[in-house]
Amino acid sequence: MRFIFKTSYQQDIRLYRHGGDIFWYGLLLLALLTAPAVLDVYYIGELTLMAIFAIAGVGLMLLTGYTGQISLGHAAFFGVGAYTEAVLIEAGWPFLLSFPTAGLLAGAVGVAIGLPALRLTGLYLAIATLAFAFIVEEVLARWESVTHGHEGMAVGDISLLGMDIDTEWKLYYIAIAVLILVMLGALNILRSPTGRAFVAIRDSEHAAQSLGVNLATYKTLAFAISAAFTGLAGALYAHKLLYISPDAFTIYMSIELLLMVVIGGLGSLHGVVFGAAFVILLPQAIAIFRDELPSMVAEQPGLESAIFGLILVLVILFEPLGIYGRWLKIKHYFSVFPLYRKATFKRQKTYSRMTQR
Amino acid sequence: MEPVLLNTQLIFNGVAVGCIYGLVALGFVLIYKATEVVNFAQGELLMLGAFFAYTYIGILGLPYWLGALLAIASMAIFGGLLDRVVMRPVVGQPTFAYVMLTIGLGIIIRAVASMIPGWGVETYSIDTPYSNAVINVAGLVISVEYLFIVIATCLLVAVLYGFFSFTRLGVAMQASSQNQLAAYYMGIPVKSMFSMIWGISASVAAIAGILLAPVSLIDTSMGFIGLKAFPAAVLGGFGSIPGALVGGVIIGVIESLSGFYLPAGFKDIAAFLVLLVVLIVRPEGLFGTSTRKRV
Repeated sequence: MRFIFKTSYQQDIRLYRHGGDIFWYGLLLLALLTAPAVLDVYYIGELTLMAIFAIAGVGLMLLTGYTGQISLGHAAFFGVGAYTEAVLIEAGWPFLLSFPTAGLLAGAVGVAIGLPALRLTGLYLAIATLAFAFIVEEVLARWESVTHGHEGMAVGDISLLGMDIDTEWKLYYIAIAVLILVMLGALNILRSPTGRAFVAIRDSEHAAQSLGVNLATYKTLAFAISAAFTGLAGALYAHKLLYISPDAFTIYMSIELLLMVVIGGLGSLHGVVFGAAFVILLPQAIAIFRDELPSMVAEQPGLESAIFGLILVLVILFEPLGIYGRWLKIKHYFSVFPLYRKATFKRQKTYSRMTQR
Repeated sequence: MEPVLLNTQLIFNGVAVGCIYGLVALGFVLIYKATEVVNFAQGELLMLGAFFAYTYIGILGLPYWLGALLAIASMAIFGGLLDRVVMRPVVGQPTFAYVMLTIGLGIIIRAVASMIPGWGVETYSIDTPYSNAVINVAGLVISVEYLFIVIATCLLVAVLYGFFSFTRLGVAMQASSQNQLAAYYMGIPVKSMFSMIWGISASVAAIAGILLAPVSLIDTSMGFIGLKAFPAAVLGGFGSIPGALVGGVIIGVIESLSGFYLPAGFKDIAAFLVLLVVLIVRPEGLFGTSTRKRV
């Protein structure tokens, strides 16, 4: 078991906790960089998708896992990012300019929906974002002069630093680079006063307010950052798919994104990556096992969503911190080996209720 | 058609559809008032109720009224079990857990319904004693199916009102909604009350499903109407039972009118636009009371 002796306050906000962190993340980075040389093109594509979903997941995690606000409409920001990118590329913008613009526009849209909704409690926010996502979906489908409606639109090729991004592995490197930048951005936000304010809002709005955290400002900020990250993911998604239509950005995607952060583990950035891997790999795993199953079960179209739903329910019931929570427990079990006590990770329950006046 | 007549016709159809929204919203509100859980699977309960009715009437060949009653009773049991088995273990968890749990339940119910032999992904209809009948009142063409929805909704609301105001059980339920602890100290079995409220809510959803079935056919995606019930519930103030119905009717009428007068596409999002406007202008809804939290 490793003991970390803290000798300065600086240690509390360092990006890494100890030397082991640097070693393992360095190894992970190395593995990611060499992946295109080793893996099949198909798997590189899957890894790219995973990275794209993880970018959106970081955005949603900041909002849901760290600020405690539920959004059922993140597909809308994803869609805004994707369409902005497609339209700007069509208009001849360079990728280096159109990509941040896609994020910024999604962020601006996030502020627009956030401002009115954030005066409300979590539940109303969830419903408002849901409503907003439907409206965006309809706008994408009906604003034919820009989005080509239900026909969808092709996404043009891009070049970066004089190099055409025409193969799977080039897009993969871009996605990984963006993911790392977004992760570092999120980490930096979280160790700054802003991030601390987010967490305070999640844990108790009233306590945060009493300590001088301006709820509206910080919630709007969280919403904007979250929407912007998701918009960036959307822009990359457009390049991954090469052809986008409004059907890709429905309520299902919103739920899938939310499912990703919940199953991965709320309140941890590790969880985002675990969740993204889960969301991308589960359909693959089901496809592999489909051959093994009796045809009665295997040929059912609802099989995949049934399994997704079941896992979601089981995670909420038995492992509220998701895959990352389970990982922590396993790690803890081995590091204190014979002395593991179940009560270490006991869930706390609260029974506070709204009282009516 | 004359403008006045046309508008009356549109409004009537809107009211009928709005009653369905209202009934689903009523289901949300019943559960929300009692347990502070918003049931995102309410639409799926409606779908399930309709499928039960189809099973009893269409497959087993029972008479319509008996089949409908059986479907409602089955859903009451299903709702109660849902609370006992799935919802009770998460009591005391944050709102987020509830929201995700009910969303997950909705996904499972929809997926499983599409797998059950005889249900599947096709669309079905139920023959009702009043199918395709039409009444002509002073030039207005009123389909009996729509009229029946309105009448049944009014009856149901009257029955629920009576139940909650005048029976021991209903008053006990109200007490547990208002203050769990106090109710518990008074000897009310709060946990069973919650299960019963889930049962009532599920059977209200089943009634909505059975009423909706002749108008819109039965398939596994009919639960999406539940999403339209959110605006209804919010418009009425999330904790108010009459508010849910009035909200539903208003949403129905707005949808019907905007479908006719506004360009295509507005019909589908009119309800959500109203929702956003309500949240900006008057978040507590038409009949809501503002709530404070004691820290």
